[in-house]
Amino acid sequence: MTGGNASGRQETAAPFAIELRGISKAFGPVQANKDISIQVAKGSIHGIIGENGAGKSTLMSILYGFYKADAGEVLINGQPTAIPDSQAAIRAGIGMVFQHFKLVQNFSVLENVILGAEDGALLRPSLAKARKVLAELAEEYELEVEPDAVIEELSVGHQQRVEILKALYRHADILILDEPTGVLTPAEADHLFRILRNLKEQGKTVILITHKLREIMEITDTVSVMRRGEMTATVRTAGTSPEELAELMVGRKVLLHVPKEEAKPGRTVLEVKDLRVRDDDGVERLKGIDLTIRAGEILGIAGVAGNGQTELLEVLGGIADGTGSIVLNGESLDLTGKFSDGQSRRRQGISHVPEDRQHLGMIMDFTAWENTAFGYHHDPAYQKNRWLMDNDAILEDTKGKMERFDVRPPIPTLQAKSFSGGNQQKIILAREIERNPDLLLVGQPTRGVDIGAIEFIHKRIVELRDAGKAVLLVSVELDEIMSLSDRIAVMFDGRIMGERDPRTTNERELGLLMAGVSGEAAA
Amino acid sequence: MTRLPRWADVVLVPLISLLLAGIISALVILAIGQSPREALSTMVTGSVGSAYAWGYTLYYATSFMFTGLAVTVAFHGSLFNIGGEGQAQLGGLGVALVCLALPWPHWTLALPVAMVAGALFGAAWAALPAYLQARRGSHIVITTIMFNYIGAALIIYLLVNVLRPAGQMDPATARFPAGAALPTLHDLPILNLIFDKKIPANVTLFVALFACWLVWLLLWRTRLGYEIRAFGKSEPAALYAGISPFKVTMLAMLVSGALAGLMSINNVMGESGRLLQNSSEGAGFIGIAVALMGRNHPIGVFLAAILFGMLYQGGAEIGLWTSIPIELRTVVQGLVILFTGALDHMVRMMLGVFFRPRRTEVA
Repeated sequence: MTGGNASGRQETAAPFAIELRGISKAFGPVQANKDISIQVAKGSIHGIIGENGAGKSTLMSILYGFYKADAGEVLINGQPTAIPDSQAAIRAGIGMVFQHFKLVQNFSVLENVILGAEDGALLRPSLAKARKVLAELAEEYELEVEPDAVIEELSVGHQQRVEILKALYRHADILILDEPTGVLTPAEADHLFRILRNLKEQGKTVILITHKLREIMEITDTVSVMRRGEMTATVRTAGTSPEELAELMVGRKVLLHVPKEEAKPGRTVLEVKDLRVRDDDGVERLKGIDLTIRAGEILGIAGVAGNGQTELLEVLGGIADGTGSIVLNGESLDLTGKFSDGQSRRRQGISHVPEDRQHLGMIMDFTAWENTAFGYHHDPAYQKNRWLMDNDAILEDTKGKMERFDVRPPIPTLQAKSFSGGNQQKIILAREIERNPDLLLVGQPTRGVDIGAIEFIHKRIVELRDAGKAVLLVSVELDEIMSLSDRIAVMFDGRIMGERDPRTTNERELGLLMAGVSGEAAA
Repeated sequence: MTRLPRWADVVLVPLISLLLAGIISALVILAIGQSPREALSTMVTGSVGSAYAWGYTLYYATSFMFTGLAVTVAFHGSLFNIGGEGQAQLGGLGVALVCLALPWPHWTLALPVAMVAGALFGAAWAALPAYLQARRGSHIVITTIMFNYIGAALIIYLLVNVLRPAGQMDPATARFPAGAALPTLHDLPILNLIFDKKIPANVTLFVALFACWLVWLLLWRTRLGYEIRAFGKSEPAALYAGISPFKVTMLAMLVSGALAGLMSINNVMGESGRLLQNSSEGAGFIGIAVALMGRNHPIGVFLAAILFGMLYQGGAEIGLWTSIPIELRTVVQGLVILFTGALDHMVRMMLGVFFRPRRTEVA
């Protein structure tokens, strides 16, 4: 089947590259996939979109042999094919690029590519062959990667290319990509899309799993929408709209952009001057940040992940130490870490919704109510007496918060890890927003969050602004920054490259600033 | 892997692990040409067959409760305190110094002071490894193991050169005054109806039970316990919440060391009435197994401590009454630790097969 690529395109009557018939899969009481049927034409890009937990990943895991379907069958190129494990999937011509790459960090690109696909006990012939194949693939698909580079020295975008090369080296005709752009810069994402288009032109079939409507609209030919384990629709991309897809995903009408009134900025809440932060290795990650946020406005920080946004949030939130000055409500904050920590910042009126909610924002093994007290466990309202905490009071408080923030299921005794990403985020937001802070720090508020929950979360952030609070929003999603912010500051390499007005700027201009092209040149 | 129902996880898994350990132990006994049936019956009668046997089992269990709790508290802060042995021996030093310092009129006066001293000395012996971990990043497993040896050497030095009464040959302190002797269960009213012979189990048992309850309160009802558990699950998250890693590491280890030190009121003050070398007799290490098997919960620690008390006492009986060597006790204990601690994941997976939902319609 590997040799048949070129001819395969001409046979328009050819069978589908992949056909799923009535796939069902249950995990205990949870029906992850229910009677799913899809047909993907050869040489096309097919999108699968759905909220977290809709069953996209389960379906792809069945296709890649990680799970066994309870019912249904898989047809590859018209042939019923059993896929008991990933080896069988590879033999059937399926390649998978996971969201979290499966690369050996200290191996070279070549070594990673041949890993598990060596031709014999001696590596030299395999490596030589791979070098040749890689050169051809690079030529053909714009998949340039330095073959001798060590993985850990490559950028994320290049690591992803290695994953694609691995699949192609194993003669994959069908390439499945799971949330491939989550970690990429806009430029890297554009390059990835060019690669995917090249693959399509060479007759390969691509399945793109994503929750980003924009990507679906930009690159796919057909799109399937999943909701709660069911396939709700399969449509031609050209004949649909983002609004329609969103509605199909969520099951109701969704506002993709939260309407908001003109900002009415008041007094200065936060004033940051020449803020510098070094990491544990002594590398300067913040190289002199100046910014102000006034009451009743949202300052959005745009930028590619890793340009100092994390450090900015951490030093403001009292987790990291730095130098320079931070003045909150006219009072100078301690930056040395000697007299300050997350607790003291909270007392001074800063709430912090961290970027990494699973490692920073909450304890996954703790229950929802334990997480509601997290960071506020010294609150007098949560104490029974001098020695003991009042767990019942926290439980009661959590019940109310879960109700007001529409956390589902509203069971305070459930462990945090049992909730979906969106509901975890709502638990954190409820905790931080209901403290009525003067300044809310919020990082990646909707990363890994369902569309329905995104709308809710955006509304809450805007509400807080309208209540006269200052908000610092950090996000790598330009859409989010553009629609929520009253002012946008772009960060690059630990500096603020420039500030823009969301009403007058555009993605191109911001993209240039994010890439480090200086403000004057971009304007 | 299928998740087990809670009752199966808490009850069935340890029981099956125990059963497997028992089967392998039986095979070992068969292999050395002895009768497993005889070994089992000797062990059971010798450890729980009479009030007298219980008197010994409970004595050992009391020690194991303290050391098991010590491991539990540290473990919730993701600190693996292997130093219970040294901390218990140092605790014994504290207890001995208190008991020898005054001609105590009555044990009710001596006990609280001895407890404070035992706890303080145990905590002090945990403090340095804790500090090195919190400030310098020296791994607590390595440092606590080292401190076991340093502690043992220190005690021997003190016993030989400082605390040994003139003219005494063996390295031990003088006997404690009679007023510092703790009553055994045989000496207490009502209980002496059950325990009608002289036994080593003493009032420290009640202190241990109280300690189980206090540890439960500490871990699940206090801010410190909350901080210890949060820090143990995720250090970055703890930092975000404003929990000081230094403070939590120090406090968790101090409490842990204090609990290990408290063990010595059972053996040093309650049983031997003087400080001997190697007073803890491995109880510090058994505490690790007790905590593992007890799922790091005070109730589990209580039950596991009784089980290990039975193994310890029953094993001694085997050495005494049968031709099976006493070393077999170590083999059985080792197997129990292996199955309940290290291999319990295997049992869980095997059980998972039975708990896999068969029909999805049911749900």
